Amino acid sequence: MPEKTAGTLVGDKPAAPKIAMPRRPAGTLYRGREGMWSWVLHRITGVAIYFFLLVHILDTALVRVSPEAYNAVIDTYKTPIMGLGETALVAAIGLHALNGLRIILIDFSRWGTKHQRLMFWIVIGLWVVLLIGFVPRQFMHIFGAH
Amino acid sequence: MSLIEAPRSPAIQRRKKRGINWEKWGWIYMRASGVVLIVLIFGHLFVNLVAGEGVNAIDFAFVAGKLADPFWVVWDTLLLWLALIHGANGIRTIINDYANQPVVRRILLGAVAVSTAVLLILGTLVIYTFDPCPAGSPADLLPSFCPVP
Repeated sequence: MPEKTAGTLVGDKPAAPKIAMPRRPAGTLYRGREGMWSWVLHRITGVAIYFFLLVHILDTALVRVSPEAYNAVIDTYKTPIMGLGETALVAAIGLHALNGLRIILIDFSRWGTKHQRLMFWIVIGLWVVLLIGFVPRQFMHIFGAH
Repeated sequence: MSLIEAPRSPAIQRRKKRGINWEKWGWIYMRASGVVLIVLIFGHLFVNLVAGEGVNAIDFAFVAGKLADPFWVVWDTLLLWLALIHGANGIRTIINDYANQPVVRRILLGAVAVSTAVLLILGTLVIYTFDPCPAGSPADLLPSFCPVP
């Protein structure tokens, strides 16, 4: 005789829920919005800058080894690929720095807490201006004739 | 036995325990060093990537010329210490957020602490024991102020 399990009980069909569960939480002030994305970007740029810093301290330490050793490594920084890497580095540093100032204003001023979303877009705007200033100059250095 | 503590009252022992609040000072350090680093890093980037020939101008003689000036010695020392500690503390925060296993967490935190200490000592030694005119090096690689052999 088969055991009676919950599934075989008469009339145990689960009723379909009338309202579908939202696939993700919606309508929060933070999640998926400027506050969250600025946090994500701050982490990613921070980690990227940190690992560059580790390498950069080591490559600069070669000045203590010999002029030839330092020049050999720093010459790789002048190649187009590394030139693009430097562009990405400046972009990451610019975003981290500007958003860092936004974080300070949020932490220390009432105004900043209230206007953190607006400040995120100001950060993006200033970042674009910074890159408009830097990128053509950098591309001239790495792709231009010299 | 007349009073029941309010919910979430801090434990008595915790309140008694006094000492330096390292997390608080770390939090303050990130903001204070961050503001100084904005000046130091953008100055560093301007002189090394934007001014003149940009990255193409950097070689041993360029660095030697900078480190012959006490201004850049102080600048680079501050840059090294403030940036590396700022970065290491940020990585510490991220490790604490994502490394769930205590063993993994401790290994990662230890690696950050060791690499930070080693690089701070190495970098500081490089800045303060630097010889802009090492003997036996070809003159065309050295800064112009080196004595001609």
